[in-house]
Amino acid sequence: MLFQLLTRTLTFVVSLAVASVLVFAFMTVLPGDPAEVALGTNATPEAVAQMREQFGTDRPLPAQYVDWVTGLPSGDFGVSYVTRVEIGPQIVDRMLVTLWLVTGGMVVAILIALPLGTLAAVRQGTWSGTVLAAISQVGVAIPGFLAGLLLVSVFAVRLGWFPTGGWVPPATDPGEFLRRLALPALALGLVQGSVLSRYVRSTVLNVRREDFIRTARSKGLLPRQALVRHGLRNAAVPVVTVLGLQLSTLLVGAVVVERVFVIPGIGSLLLDGVGDRDLLLVQGVVMVLVVAILGINWLVDLLYTVIDPRLRAPS
Amino acid sequence: MASPRRLAVAVPVLAAALALSACTAGETAVDPTDGSEASTATATPSDGGTEAAGGEQVTIGLVAEPANFDFTTTDGAAIPEALLVNVYETLVKLDDSGEIVPLLATDWTVSDDGLTYDFTLVEDATFSNGDPFDAEAVKFSIEQVQNDWTVSLAAGMEVVESVEVVSPTEVRVQLSAPSNNWLFRMTTRIGAMFSPTGVDDLAETPIGTGPYVVEEWIRGDRINFVARDDYWGDPPAYDRVTLRYFADGSALNNALLGGDINVIGTVQAPEAMAQFEGDDYEIIEGTTNGEVVLSFNNDNPPLDDVRVRQAIRYAIDNEAVIDTAWAGYGTLIGSMVPPTDPWYEDRTGDYPRDLDEARRLLEEADATDITLDFVVPNLPYAVAAAQTVQSNLDEVGITADIETVEFPAVWLEDVFTNGDFHMSIIAHVEPRDIASFANPDYYWSYDNAEVQQLLADADAGTPEDQVELTADAARIISEEAASEFLFLAPNLIVSDGTVAGLPVNDVGESFDFTTLEPAG
Repeated sequence: MLFQLLTRTLTFVVSLAVASVLVFAFMTVLPGDPAEVALGTNATPEAVAQMREQFGTDRPLPAQYVDWVTGLPSGDFGVSYVTRVEIGPQIVDRMLVTLWLVTGGMVVAILIALPLGTLAAVRQGTWSGTVLAAISQVGVAIPGFLAGLLLVSVFAVRLGWFPTGGWVPPATDPGEFLRRLALPALALGLVQGSVLSRYVRSTVLNVRREDFIRTARSKGLLPRQALVRHGLRNAAVPVVTVLGLQLSTLLVGAVVVERVFVIPGIGSLLLDGVGDRDLLLVQGVVMVLVVAILGINWLVDLLYTVIDPRLRAPS
Repeated sequence: MASPRRLAVAVPVLAAALALSACTAGETAVDPTDGSEASTATATPSDGGTEAAGGEQVTIGLVAEPANFDFTTTDGAAIPEALLVNVYETLVKLDDSGEIVPLLATDWTVSDDGLTYDFTLVEDATFSNGDPFDAEAVKFSIEQVQNDWTVSLAAGMEVVESVEVVSPTEVRVQLSAPSNNWLFRMTTRIGAMFSPTGVDDLAETPIGTGPYVVEEWIRGDRINFVARDDYWGDPPAYDRVTLRYFADGSALNNALLGGDINVIGTVQAPEAMAQFEGDDYEIIEGTTNGEVVLSFNNDNPPLDDVRVRQAIRYAIDNEAVIDTAWAGYGTLIGSMVPPTDPWYEDRTGDYPRDLDEARRLLEEADATDITLDFVVPNLPYAVAAAQTVQSNLDEVGITADIETVEFPAVWLEDVFTNGDFHMSIIAHVEPRDIASFANPDYYWSYDNAEVQQLLADADAGTPEDQVELTADAARIISEEAASEFLFLAPNLIVSDGTVAGLPVNDVGESFDFTTLEPAG
């Protein structure tokens, strides 16, 4: 157990170190210069040189890397070239917005996938089962931003039920917060819910053929009872795996959806940062995302053992 | 097998566990010491006041959000667009027709040799930190541009030799050489007046003499302005003004359609204008300073041959370009001068579309069947215009090899800094930027001693000289085909009809919302 914990932690630290080098290297080879972007079309070569010195981007790369990476463990991400404020608090502010969005998207996805997928499995081979499977197929094919644009044009512009975008923190006005969260969460969750429902359907189908279902049936349970009491829990393991992967996808999807709905989350921060070549900001955001995704994977690992006792290591 | 009781809760547990993991995972990322759901709820940005209560309020949608509030060290149009006139005031400002009119200076006189400017200042003006606005502040602000500003625009203040405080309301500025441009530049951001005690936190806390102060800024979303009750001049009609920022042109349109904003300050998706036609919306169309230029690298063969450049001008169908790039909105110009500048002349007749003449010039220059590197920024209007330009040029045997690059970062590096291009397309939005044709080091490498002399004389001469000589320079620039001037970007504003006083022409650096008022 201790050994397992140690190797996990070591893997985590090594992954982070490798990620930090990759992120730094990627931003360095990206064409464009933060000083040029900051000065725009009024720049003179002297001004650009002065700006590079001010940013510290004229120093050797290893020095820049060490400077940046040594601040990270203490949460010191540096000061943004562009906004000239501390990057750490900026990331926290924006991340919290995105987390609400991702949570909303996840809730929508689960609410769609569990009933849709289970029904599609139970009704397999029937007319309604095929329709349900087709619905999820269509949902998978719609990209998040398109879903977002469609939702806006129907429910915000035409019907006026929801605002077209923008963000209100829950502490300011909970009702308005939910109204503004609804469409973006739906845009995120629809696609993920469709993807997820297909996994739910196939795992439920598999589970129905398992021995323990036959045993449950032979004890006198109806097919539905057998599935609900014994099947769903067993079907949950692969579904949780997919959900974990989807959480990472949701974070990425949030980048696009934030753009459509003008939400000041981590995605818009990242896109702006890349556009401005705000190197430290982009590096900071990406590192936070890497930590988040590694953390999600670790949590999913843990969840397996909670759901399925067979996966617990022998004590 | 588990007990039936535990099985019954499997699904809710699963859902709850996942919801929790969504929160906890994110928390791990930002704050390893605190993983509770409750903290997620309370730690969300809490500074988020939204639509104001009480008083008149207007919300304006714009595109480019400021990176910070400090235009003394950060370039770009977004900061003065939000702050100039509204928060920071200048001694003189431009009116809608491009005339220089009083603001913090009630009047001014210029000596006969054009070297001495005497300004009389308004009384009772104060900065939003309570400091009085006086001649000391003027001296401080001008010297600050010379000493502390790092943006290249600060060069506009180099001509100032000294600033003398005559009395608290009188200030004398001595120039080292006569300069018409200097007074004009004083209407732009470099003329902004700062309080000597109000420059400690320029990036986040702008302090000016204007009618508004920044109340709060939710980055990535909006800036809320609130009117000062101790403003020295006539109070503005709106107590609260919100600027909201939309990176996406369609999202901006939708926000007006959905009633989230009152005004689209600058339409970015003109192809969708049809949805605003009718009685519900008001469309305002005027001119800007944004010349959309098909720029030539005048140094790079075969474009160093004037005949090749002229052939390209003859080949371009400007009407078709404006239709694809801006849905037909905008003005044809023909040279680097918008109609609101005093020296504007209609130069659209210099190069009417004439394919035979274009082919003849190419043949004469021995430049038939040439291929040009056409480096286009990934901006919607530029990409659209480039397609039309490409097919126009194809008709006269020029192959334009389009390479679309990211704007601003890659475009600035490849085209602007390294000059690695034959042609590009970009809107030049600075006011009176015909002066860039007098700078041989500018990215289009246009080096013409006559133009340089004309523009220098225009700056030093009388205002009448300035008009005549600048018009001459514009004519030569057009005739020599230093660039192809595709069209002038329109000032395209749409409102929901509740707002009056919107500017027809966009002539300065500011989106001036001090003159707006409720309609009707």
